[in-house]
Amino acid sequence: MISVEHLTKCYGDFVAVDDLSFEIDEGHVYGFLGPNGAGKSTTMNIMTGCLSATSGRVLIDGHDIFEEPKLAKKLIGYLPEQPPLYMSESPVEYLQFVGEAKGLRGEELRQQIAQVIEQTRIGDVQHKRISALSKGYRQRVGIAQALLGKPRVIILDEPTVGLDPIQIIEIRDLIRELGRSHTVIFSSHILSEVQTICDEILMIAHGKLVAFDEPGKLEKRLLSPNEINLVTDAGAEQAQKLLSPIEEISSVSTSPMDGGYLRVEIRTDSGDIYSVSRKIFNAFKSSGKVLLEMSLKKANLEDLFIELSEGADDGGSNADSNESEAKEK
Amino acid sequence: MTAVLKHELRIYFRSLTAYVFGAFLLAFVGLGSMLYNLQAAVSNFEFVLSFGCLVFVVIVPILTMRVIAEERKLKTDQLLYSLPISTTEVIMGKYLALLLVYLIPLCIISLYPLIFSQFGDVYLPTSYGSIFAFFLLGAALISIGLFISSLTDNQGFAAGIGIAVILLNYYSVSLSEYVSTSALGSLIALCVIIFALALIIRYVTKNDSLAYGFCIILLAALAILCWVDVEALEGLLPNIMTKLSLFERFYVFVNGVFDMTGVVYYLSVIVFFLFLSVQSLEKRRYN
Repeated sequence: MISVEHLTKCYGDFVAVDDLSFEIDEGHVYGFLGPNGAGKSTTMNIMTGCLSATSGRVLIDGHDIFEEPKLAKKLIGYLPEQPPLYMSESPVEYLQFVGEAKGLRGEELRQQIAQVIEQTRIGDVQHKRISALSKGYRQRVGIAQALLGKPRVIILDEPTVGLDPIQIIEIRDLIRELGRSHTVIFSSHILSEVQTICDEILMIAHGKLVAFDEPGKLEKRLLSPNEINLVTDAGAEQAQKLLSPIEEISSVSTSPMDGGYLRVEIRTDSGDIYSVSRKIFNAFKSSGKVLLEMSLKKANLEDLFIELSEGADDGGSNADSNESEAKEK
Repeated sequence: MTAVLKHELRIYFRSLTAYVFGAFLLAFVGLGSMLYNLQAAVSNFEFVLSFGCLVFVVIVPILTMRVIAEERKLKTDQLLYSLPISTTEVIMGKYLALLLVYLIPLCIISLYPLIFSQFGDVYLPTSYGSIFAFFLLGAALISIGLFISSLTDNQGFAAGIGIAVILLNYYSVSLSEYVSTSALGSLIALCVIIFALALIIRYVTKNDSLAYGFCIILLAALAILCWVDVEALEGLLPNIMTKLSLFERFYVFVNGVFDMTGVVYYLSVIVFFLFLSVQSLEKRRYN
């Protein structure tokens, strides 16, 4: 549906996007993830024709965004980081303008406006001035604008930034809903958000693609050992002695807690974390000491994210290997 | 294009801009006709227009200052870039909306000669010829205002520069009388102008080689002219200043000549500045 080929964008000496290439298929929700300043907005602006590229090209369903801008842009609905709204108008008037600019006329225009108003649930405020609307509603008007003209791809740049928790949940639900009928690409620097909504994650750091995979698979790729945390009433020495026979454990660290309890952090390289925890449990049981708390810490995207973006920071072999893995996919 | 046109018109008539523009124009021309046609009992309506064209200095920048500067300020220009319409269509839509806002008070003004002709002898061809030229003059100034607005995201700045540019243009003929007519004076002044233009180009395009190239080519042309025919430089600067005056062309129509070169001149100015506006908007994509 969308293919980005060797995209590079420089501002003077600063390279915002660095030889970025990826393909996007139809009918999924894609999360564009990266820390602030990673080049997410720049990439999105180039993909939608708002910005030129220094080199490389973007094809939307085979149409080059720079060579055939009209055909390509008709396939895309775009909501920039700051919703581009005319404050003196009402949502209906605003949508009318955008619809006409997208080539809709007469009955079709009226129908589509009514449809997107219902989809984004802005019916209550459709005749108010946009300047009087809350941030959440403004964001919805922005999304409604992107939906007009029935584009096949919806691109949303940080749609949940600056909203309150309830509004964030509503917008996320809306994105999920849109994902059923459109290809949705949205950017965010919040991991949990991307993790819950997306089918695929594109991770970008310092203008480079560092990972492109499903959220579950990305978690699996995390190489750091799994952790088991426990709280026990045994002493530090005793705990060390109890755990030392278990082979799978690679390191143990203890720290005393209030009330004479001990917190133990165990790292293991074993693939079967439950067998390790069973052994730990049995060791404590046989000694008569009690395990008051036991928790497994699974690798999460947060760690991977930090690892990958730091890797790109060094510009070392780590980033390269990740990138080549991403390309292989 | 029609979408942009309709949208712009809605914004103008929603805010006070269109009404303020129309009211100022009508008030000023009304004042002029009261002084000339009623009190002094002169039957030439064209004198009123030549008096009234001073009002453009204020009302054109007021009308045009927001047209693109505001889009940039509110980041709505991103919407325009992402919509399936070309930059040329955006500029044309905006310009036609401005022209319509300008045409409405002008339609009312064009009734005045008919009204006056009921009470005396009015030579209508000169009157309407002048109204036509008045329209072209305003249209050319609006295209300049549009271009100035596309250079900045600050409306106040756009208005200030607009007023300065139109005022300078208005007085350029009177100023040209004070400018040195000697060859050396013209040479120095032209060099200064070339450097200033190159600086502006450098600021607007942020392209060093283009600015230097422009500067060097013009200076070389000037040097060749100097070498070939020094006398051509005499009085060159005041001549250029007179030629560039949009208002001076208008006075030809007021004096009763329907000057086709004037019409072509105005149309060229309009096309030139609309072209520059498109380039200015297009340039935003590149940095």
